[in-house]
Amino acid sequence: MSLAGFPNPVLDQQAAFRAVMQALAEPGCIVPSGAMVGEASPLGPVARAIALSLLDFEVRYHLSPSLAAAESDITFHTGSRLADRADEADFAFVDCAHDALDLARYAQGTPEYPDRSTTIILKVESLAGGPTLAIDGPGIPGTRELAIPGLPADFIAQWAANAARAPLGVDLLFTTNEAVLGLPRSTRILGEAR
Amino acid sequence: MYVAVKGGERAIANAHRLLEHERRGDRKVPEIGTDQIEQQLSLAVDRVMSEGSLYDRGLASLAIKQARGDLIEAIFLIRAYRTTLPRFGFSVPLDTGAMAIRRRISSTYKDLPGGQVLGPTFDYTHRLLDFALAAEGEPAAPVTAPVDPEERFPRVTDLIAQDDLIERNPPTDPAKPVGDLTREPLAFPAERDLRLQNLARGDEGFLLALGYSTQRGYGRNHPFVGEIRMGEVEVEFEIPELGLTVALGEVTLTECQMVNQFKGSLTEPAKFTRGYGLSFGHCERRAMSMALVDRALRADELSEERTSPAQDEEFVLSHSDNIQATGFVEHLKLPHYVDFQAELALLRQMRRELTSRNTHPEAAE
Amino acid sequence: MPDAEAARPNPDPRAATMALLARATRKELALPLSAHWPNLAFATIRAPEIGLVMLRGRMGGDGAPFNLGEATVTRAVVELETGERGYGQFLGRDPTRAEQAAILEALAQREADREMVERAVLAPIRQRLQEEAQRKRAETAATRVDFFTLVRAEG
Repeated sequence: MSLAGFPNPVLDQQAAFRAVMQALAEPGCIVPSGAMVGEASPLGPVARAIALSLLDFEVRYHLSPSLAAAESDITFHTGSRLADRADEADFAFVDCAHDALDLARYAQGTPEYPDRSTTIILKVESLAGGPTLAIDGPGIPGTRELAIPGLPADFIAQWAANAARAPLGVDLLFTTNEAVLGLPRSTRILGEAR
Repeated sequence: MYVAVKGGERAIANAHRLLEHERRGDRKVPEIGTDQIEQQLSLAVDRVMSEGSLYDRGLASLAIKQARGDLIEAIFLIRAYRTTLPRFGFSVPLDTGAMAIRRRISSTYKDLPGGQVLGPTFDYTHRLLDFALAAEGEPAAPVTAPVDPEERFPRVTDLIAQDDLIERNPPTDPAKPVGDLTREPLAFPAERDLRLQNLARGDEGFLLALGYSTQRGYGRNHPFVGEIRMGEVEVEFEIPELGLTVALGEVTLTECQMVNQFKGSLTEPAKFTRGYGLSFGHCERRAMSMALVDRALRADELSEERTSPAQDEEFVLSHSDNIQATGFVEHLKLPHYVDFQAELALLRQMRRELTSRNTHPEAAE
Repeated sequence: MPDAEAARPNPDPRAATMALLARATRKELALPLSAHWPNLAFATIRAPEIGLVMLRGRMGGDGAPFNLGEATVTRAVVELETGERGYGQFLGRDPTRAEQAAILEALAQREADREMVERAVLAPIRQRLQEEAQRKRAETAATRVDFFTLVRAEG
C-alpha cells in the first residue's frame, strides 16, 4: 500500500536533491536530510524521500530482499519500475542490517557511459560510532573520517575493487532516519584511522 | 572564439523595460487577453502548440502575447517551459479513426461513407479582405443540419486497402521501443518513428517548401490527398496500479493521408504507397506538407533513387527545427569582437604583403 | 468525442467516472462539493502535480506508434477517512480541479455517496458534453457537400 507523498512536491524534491548533492560533493560528511516523508516505509523516511525525488518512469530500481514491501509505494509515486536484475537498475535500495551487500552485482556503467552505473542507497542504523576509517579523494580536504557501524566485514575490500574499476563503478548513499552520507566512486578508503 | 566581458547590464535591463512597453503598444488601446488570443487567433495557437511540441492552448496563447505575435519566439518560450515539467508517461496511441469529425475531405473519392464535410475552411473563400471585420459586429450563427446518429467516417485508405491496392502500414513491434528525439540525440539513418516526430514539430515554412519541391519535380512521387480529417480525439492514459486505462480529455488533431504512386517491381505488383501527416490543432497545410515529406523520406525503403533535398534525410531532419535554426542564425548577433579582430589583422597583413611585393618586386622573389 | 463513455464498449465504471470528471469545468466540481460535502475530511496521497504526457500517434493512422508531441496533464490522489482512494487526472494545468476530481472519484466509490455524485456532478457534465457534441455535429453536418451531376459523358 502506498503512503502519502510529499506535501509540497517541488520544494521537497529540491530539498532532498540538495542534500544528496551536498553529500556527494563532500564525501563522508553527515548531511541532515532536506526532506523526509513516510516514516512507515521499509526504506526509512530519508531513503524514501530520495526515491521520490530521483526516480521517475524512465529509470528502474532494485530492492534488497527485506525491502520488497516498498515496491508498490515507490512505483505508485515515481512511475519507476522494479528491475528484474540488480545490474539492470539505475537505483538500488539495500538494508545493511538484514541483507548482504555485493557491489559487484550492480550495473557498473560502460566505458562510453560510466554514468550508467547503479546508485545504491543503503539503509544503516547510524552514520557515526563505528570503526573509524580514513578516506580521501575529491571533495575532501586532506583526509576525513568515516565511522559507519555495521558495514559488511569485507566492505573495505569491496570498495577497493570498486575503485579499481574506475572510471566505472557504483556510488553509495548511506541513509538513516535523519541524514544522508555520500561515498562516490572517486573516494578512497585509506584504512583504519589511528 | 568568445571572451567573457562584463558591462551592458543596465542597458539590457532598460531594453527589457522598453520591450515590455512596446509589447503593450499604445496604452489607450485595450490590452489583449490571452483568452482572446486563444479564441480568436486559434490557428496561431495551433501552430505554436505543434512546433512547440506541447498541447496546451492556454500556454501557447500566453507565449504569443509575450512574444508580440512572433510565433517562432513563442515556440521558443513553449519549448523552454516544457523542459521544466516532469513527464508522467506516454498516452495510448491516439485513435484518429474514432475522431469526432469537424472536417473530412477526400480528393480521391467523391462519394464515400460519411461524405465530403467541409467544416470551417478557408478553401472556398475569395481571399478578399473583409473590411467589415475592421468594425465591430457579430458574425451570423452557424447553420445546423440534422445528424444521422449511425453515421461513420471510415478512413479512405481503408477503403483502398480492401482491394489490396495500397501498402499496409507497418505493424506495431512490441519489442521495439518508440524512438524519442527529446531523449536520445538524432542519429542517421533515422527510423520512420523518429522522422515523423521530427516532422511533426518541424517548421511549417520549411515543410511547406520541401513538400512543394517534391511536386515541382525534386523527388516527384505523384501525390493524391486520400483524406484530410480534423476534429477531436480522446487521449487515454494507463494507470498501472489500478489496471485501468482512463480518458484525460480530448485534443484537436489534423490528419493527412497522402496516396502516392509506386511502380512495382519484377516480383511485386504495382501498389499505392502512403505518406502520413499528423498535427496538433487545425493545421492542414502543415499536415499535408508533412505527409509529402514523410513519403519523400521513404525513398530508400521503397528503392527509389535519392536525387532531391526532400529525400535527403540528414538534410531534412537536421534543418527542420526552427528553434535550432533560429538559435544558430541569431547567435551571429552575439559579440564576435575577438574573432573579427583576428580576421581584420590577418586581412591587413595580407594587404601589407601584397603592397610590399608590388613596391619591391625583387624583394618578393 | 461525442460521448466520453460511449467510446469504449463496457468501460470500467471507475474509468467512466474519471473520463467525465476529466472534462469538468471548475464550477462543475467546486459547487456540488461545497453544497453536498462541506468540510469533507481527506488525506492527500499524491499532491496535485503538473507534468507532461507524450502523445503517441500511429504511422498512417493505424500502424506502428510514434511520438507526436507532449501535452500538459495535472493529477492528484486523495484518500477519504473511510479508506477510498480517488484519482483525478486530465489534460491542462489546474491543481485545484485535480484535487476536487480526485475527491469526487473517491466519493463515487463510497456506497452512501455514489448516487449523489451521479446526480449532482456526473449527470450535468454528461448532459453538457452531449449537448456540445450534438451542436458541433449539427454545425458540421450543414457543411456536407451534396453532389449533383450536371452533365455526364459516357465513354
